[in-house]
Amino acid sequence: MSRIMKKKSMKYEIIFSGFGGQGVLFVGNLIALAGMYQGFNVSFLPVYGPEMRGGTCHCTVLLSDKEIASPLVYEPGYLVIFNLPSFLKFIPRLKRGGLALVNKDLVKVEEIEHYETLCANKKILWLPLNTWAEAIGMPLALNLCALGALNKLLGLFPEEILIKALREMLGKEKLPLLEANLKAYRKGFEEVEAYESSLTKS
Amino acid sequence: MRNKRVLVKGVEAVALGALEGGCECYFGYPITPQNEIPEIMSVELPPRGGVFLQAESETSAINMVLGASAVGTRVMTSSSSPGISLMSEGFSYLIALELPCVIVNVMRGGPGLGGIEASQGDYFQAVKAPGHGDGKFLVFAPYSCQEAYELTAKAFELADKYRNPVMILSDAILGQMKEPLELKPLKIKKISKEGWALTGAKNRPARVIRSLFLDSAELAKRNLTLLRKYQKMEREIRFEKMAEGGEKVLVVAFGSMARICKEAVLNLRAKGYEVGFFRPITLFPYPKKALAELVSSQKIKKIIVFELNCGQMVEDVALSLKGMGKLISKSYPPSVIPFPEDLEREIKKCLNSSDFPRV
Repeated sequence: MSRIMKKKSMKYEIIFSGFGGQGVLFVGNLIALAGMYQGFNVSFLPVYGPEMRGGTCHCTVLLSDKEIASPLVYEPGYLVIFNLPSFLKFIPRLKRGGLALVNKDLVKVEEIEHYETLCANKKILWLPLNTWAEAIGMPLALNLCALGALNKLLGLFPEEILIKALREMLGKEKLPLLEANLKAYRKGFEEVEAYESSLTKS
Repeated sequence: MRNKRVLVKGVEAVALGALEGGCECYFGYPITPQNEIPEIMSVELPPRGGVFLQAESETSAINMVLGASAVGTRVMTSSSSPGISLMSEGFSYLIALELPCVIVNVMRGGPGLGGIEASQGDYFQAVKAPGHGDGKFLVFAPYSCQEAYELTAKAFELADKYRNPVMILSDAILGQMKEPLELKPLKIKKISKEGWALTGAKNRPARVIRSLFLDSAELAKRNLTLLRKYQKMEREIRFEKMAEGGEKVLVVAFGSMARICKEAVLNLRAKGYEVGFFRPITLFPYPKKALAELVSSQKIKKIIVFELNCGQMVEDVALSLKGMGKLISKSYPPSVIPFPEDLEREIKKCLNSSDFPRV
């Protein structure tokens, strides 16, 4: 019964959090837009306050096949964490059994007090986002790497939908950046794909 | 043809609604969190032959609105709480002169400069006394981007219909969040202003628009005329309700807070709790009759009012219910915004308690 119920309602609650300048709001807006093109009901709520480059910044994105009432959620099912302050702020709020994609390059387990209790009953997937972004020569595109990884895991929308949303987000002026962003997206996607297939082999 | 769907912020939806409603002039002064409205108007109005002007202050902006309205154009301004206070002298004159216009308040925390996060602290100001004297606005509180678009467009028609300012009362959550908006063409009526607008007196007797009436009987008559107009506005009352019978508790909220409440109510209903929901869309005139009828017909015993302020709308709920049921006020002063999970707990507490304070 519960399995049927799950199929009936699809709702993804995702919080993206990191430093200002890591593209947190861009990627949040992008996933909401792509979600809309895919036919989901969506909402995108940026935080909002006197934020600055280097300060922390987060946004909440909801994708659902039902009407979305509240754009705020205390316990999201998914987290995408780009830096240590975000990890400490949001991991306690992650739903039981929820999944966090965490940037391994900026969050070190040894720097976290009570790591075991903090992450009990929560799934953490460590991704070297900065390393990936640098490997493809796009050090600023770690946000797209994260999106690629997330979409490989959740299967929210196909790549052509993402391209459509990315085109609109970049606008005419920044359209030359489309290929580079796409490369970063694919990097994240493929890395997780390789990781998954290594799991099934072993 | 299918309507175009776009992902927009609440404030962008307001601006798009204004354009759909036939807005010709915009005057304003920048303030967070509503700057996307002037941004869009500055791009869109001039090519349509309209006027966009950034004034030197809110006081100037509202007086420019007054002038543009007096000559018969569809005109708007937008601001946020502190800016709205600066405009209040102009509001009183607009009401007194029976000049139509649309005013958007994207509320932020107060009093004073307060903060820039969401609040509903200007409820009283909007519905009770936008300016000095006995004046009232017709006040709409949208809770989604779609509603912000449609109500703003409709506001231009209703402002002309009643010759009265109409306020769109929103806040920073709805203002800054993005969600899909269906850009559908709306049927907004054009209403002739030939009978009163100051358009030049060639071939007709000169007209005067004034608010000074030193004859005491004349001023009383004038106020009664305005009062009758406010009573007529009751035709525009809109609300949303969710209660089919058997509800033990009714949750009342407006604007962004209503969304957070609705989430909590839907979750509780799915779990079998008997919780109803009522959302006024017009805040003035307040849907008093509808609310009272709902509570009496469904025999609802407890009513909780949730607000992002220290408890304002709860007074209108109390006036509507006239002692029916037990009323509780749950207020969240800016800028600590509750999550749906918090509200769920509060509603459950209320369901389970046999006794709680009466307002």
